[in-house]
Amino acid sequence: MATTCERREFLLKLLQLPCSAVLLSMCGPLPLFADEKKEGYDAGEHYYGMGIQVDKCIGCGRCAEACKAENDVLRQPYYFRTWVERYVVYGDGEVTVDSPEGGIHGFSAAESDREVLRSFFVPKLCNHCDNPPCVQVCPVGATFKSVDGVILVDKDYCIGCRYCIQACPYGARYLDPRTKTADKCTFCYHRITKGLLPACVEVCPTQARVFGELKAMSSPLRRLMRMSQLQVLKPYLNTEPKVLYSELDREVR
Amino acid sequence: MRTFRIPDQVARLAVLFAVAVVALVVVRHIFVPKSFGKLGHYRAAAVDEIASQSVRYAGMQTCVECHTEEAEKKSSSFHRGLACEVCHGPASEHASDPEAKKPFVPRERGACLYCHNYLPSRPTGFPQILEKLHNPMKPCPTCHNPHDPTPPHVPGTCSACHASIARIKAISHHDSLECETCHEASPQHRQDPRSALPKKPTNREFCGKCHAQNAPSAKEIRRIDLATHGGRYLCWQCHYPHYPEGR
Ligand code: HEC
Ligand code: HEC
Ligand code: HEC
Ligand code: HEC
Ligand code: HEC
Ligand code: HEC
Ligand code: HEC
Ligand code: HEC
Repeated sequence: MATTCERREFLLKLLQLPCSAVLLSMCGPLPLFADEKKEGYDAGEHYYGMGIQVDKCIGCGRCAEACKAENDVLRQPYYFRTWVERYVVYGDGEVTVDSPEGGIHGFSAAESDREVLRSFFVPKLCNHCDNPPCVQVCPVGATFKSVDGVILVDKDYCIGCRYCIQACPYGARYLDPRTKTADKCTFCYHRITKGLLPACVEVCPTQARVFGELKAMSSPLRRLMRMSQLQVLKPYLNTEPKVLYSELDREVR
Repeated sequence: MRTFRIPDQVARLAVLFAVAVVALVVVRHIFVPKSFGKLGHYRAAAVDEIASQSVRYAGMQTCVECHTEEAEKKSSSFHRGLACEVCHGPASEHASDPEAKKPFVPRERGACLYCHNYLPSRPTGFPQILEKLHNPMKPCPTCHNPHDPTPPHVPGTCSACHASIARIKAISHHDSLECETCHEASPQHRQDPRSALPKKPTNREFCGKCHAQNAPSAKEIRRIDLATHGGRYLCWQCHYPHYPEGR
């Protein structure tokens, strides 16, 4: 009889010990200290988007260059957070799209005798969808939509499974071979939270790129929304992009 | 009388179950990062980590504080919309310690050509040059101050900024017509294009001045019946005026 009792007590204590330890640590540091509020920036007051005025883009590619320099993106081609595409619509209806090295060295005139109906440049980047497929497929919660509406990747938490790269309908993600984690445009999160513009917007010479608040009345983006008919890429996917295009050609996809 | 008591095996199972739950809680606690779930299904601390990345492009506001001369010059020039760092490259290191780190100074022609070399895909009205013909070999700053590139004299021709249109017109049957024949343009349009847009033809009679049956124009010009040809459409709804023979 006594032995069973001891065993019970022992088991109980065995349970109590880690339980209380866990419970205690779950309380975390006392609320007194936990209230370390970030001074200055309040994500709840912002909701970002970008407007792209296709008819203003001169195809200089300085945005793609600045993006690589600012965010330490690999120099080799095929790693881009933003890039510029050149569309050429020929008289016979054929459409060609090219983006030599993402446009970071600019474009050279294409030699062709064919009749060109129209031609233009389209800057591309992560669309920061309000309904992001990449976030839905992430098995570990390493990519997410922040409070201010930016889709980010937690490098420490990403397991490099590439699901999100597959899921992105805009081809905006790549696997960084250095860290073996997914990488993508962050709207230059480290800049916008300090009140600076994203690097691509900073260097754009013609304001083809307009960055700002989607919901505040006084924002350059809001003016664009007021003044132009805006479209998004692949609207039929219901991803609800927050990158909005004006004067978008129907051939662009 | 039978009083209800939990069967032994159930009680033991319950204990086992409790242990399993506790184990789960413990394991979860150890492996799930602290800030996970605070803001959503992700590690809230990651947001701050991403936000702490260092800034390379200081932004034009910063440059302007010290370089008032260049800034002032640029602010009223054709280049007023350009950030300093689009030409000088990322310069936040320079901005925080000007003596230690000098920014890149783009003296080569190539730096300007990213934007100004002729490409048919560029929007109409953007000033472009043909690299091989525009004062070759000479660096651009010898004639254009990069911070105020106003050409030594106002561009003489419309082709400076409407290169694509000028080129296609040059090989068309309308080659002999000046742009001004159809577009009345004030000199101001060449200096500040958008503040004074040229006129465009507005009616069929305009083309009829040369192409109508009874028009007093050169004999070899082809004639149409202004009243019926093309119905009620404007001529340029069918003919591209800068290349009218295209069918
Ligand atoms: C704190 C003041 C300060 C700020 C801010 C600053 N500069 Fe400077 N900059 C200087 C000084 C001082 C010099 C002259 C250094 C010398 O000649 O030794 C200089 C020189 C330069 C030069 C000439 C370098 C050369 O090789 O002759 C360039 C170009 C330049 N700055 C660009 C920039 C740009 C672009 C920015 C904005 C990102 C910027 N500066 C911000 C103080 C500043
Ligand atoms: C269109 C490209 C361009 C832009 C935009 C530009 N610069 Fe420059 N900058 C140049 C070039 C090219 C030179 C070299 C001029 C020369 O060699 O005569 C230069 C020279 C300078 C110098 C050195 C002057 C000297 O005599 O050595 C400073 C300082 C400078 N820039 C500051 C700025 C600042 C500040 C801004 C933004 C307000 C700015 N630049 C914007 C192209 C640019
Ligand atoms: C990042 C793009 C960019 C770069 C680099 C650049 N420019 Fe410009 N340039 C512009 C823009 C934008 C305008 C204004 C066009 C407008 O008003 O529509 C302009 C206007 C001009 C004009 C005025 C043309 C006219 O008469 O309308 C000249 C000349 C000029 N640039 C020369 C230069 C020179 C020289 C350099 C190299 C030092 C240079 N640019 C580098 C974007 C650029
Ligand atoms: C020898 C002096 C000289 C040099 C060097 C020079 N330009 Fe010009 N540029 C001019 C003059 C003069 C004009 C006025 C238009 C004309 O008569 O061609 C002009 C006009 C322009 C224009 C307005 C469009 C036009 O055709 O009128 C642009 C853009 C331009 N230059 C860019 C550049 C760039 C970029 C470089 C370097 C690759 C450069 N220039 C080198 C003298 C020069
Ligand atoms: C300094 C550069 C420049 C020069 C030189 C220039 N233009 Fe333009 N032009 C522009 C710009 C910029 C626009 C506006 C394009 C836009 O907003 O889509 C424009 C627009 C036009 C338009 C269209 C107006 C409309 O309502 O859509 C016509 C027509 C035109 N220009 C004719 C001319 C003619 C004719 C000349 C020669 C006398 C000329 N331009 C010289 C820059 C120039
Ligand atoms: C035969 C008369 C004629 C001549 C010559 C002519 N244009 Fe036009 N242009 C027109 C007409 C008509 C339109 C309106 C077309 C339309 O709305 O579809 C137009 C439209 C334009 C536009 C705005 C639309 C566009 O295509 O981008 C520009 C810019 C322009 N012309 C520039 C020029 C320049 C520069 C020249 C000289 C190289 C020139 N035009 C010569 C008749 C002419
Ligand atoms: C100042 C006189 C003049 C005006 C105004 C003019 N044209 Fe012409 N047009 C010519 C001449 C010259 C030719 C070349 C002779 C020819 O082939 O008939 C020509 C040729 C043409 C052709 C025939 C091309 C071919 O050979 O198949 C068409 C179509 C045409 N013009 C349409 C227009 C339209 C549309 C307008 C009004 C926007 C217009 N023209 C205004 C003088 C003019
Ligand atoms: C509904 C479309 C349409 C409209 C509008 C139109 N054209 Fe035409 N035009 C044509 C076609 C199609 C031809 C070629 C007919 C042919 O080859 O027999 C042509 C031929 C011509 C020719 C060449 C005639 C020849 O003998 O080869 C001229 C000149 C011309 N058009 C001028 C004009 C003028 C001026 C206007 C405005 C008053 C105008 N067009 C309006 C469709 C149109």
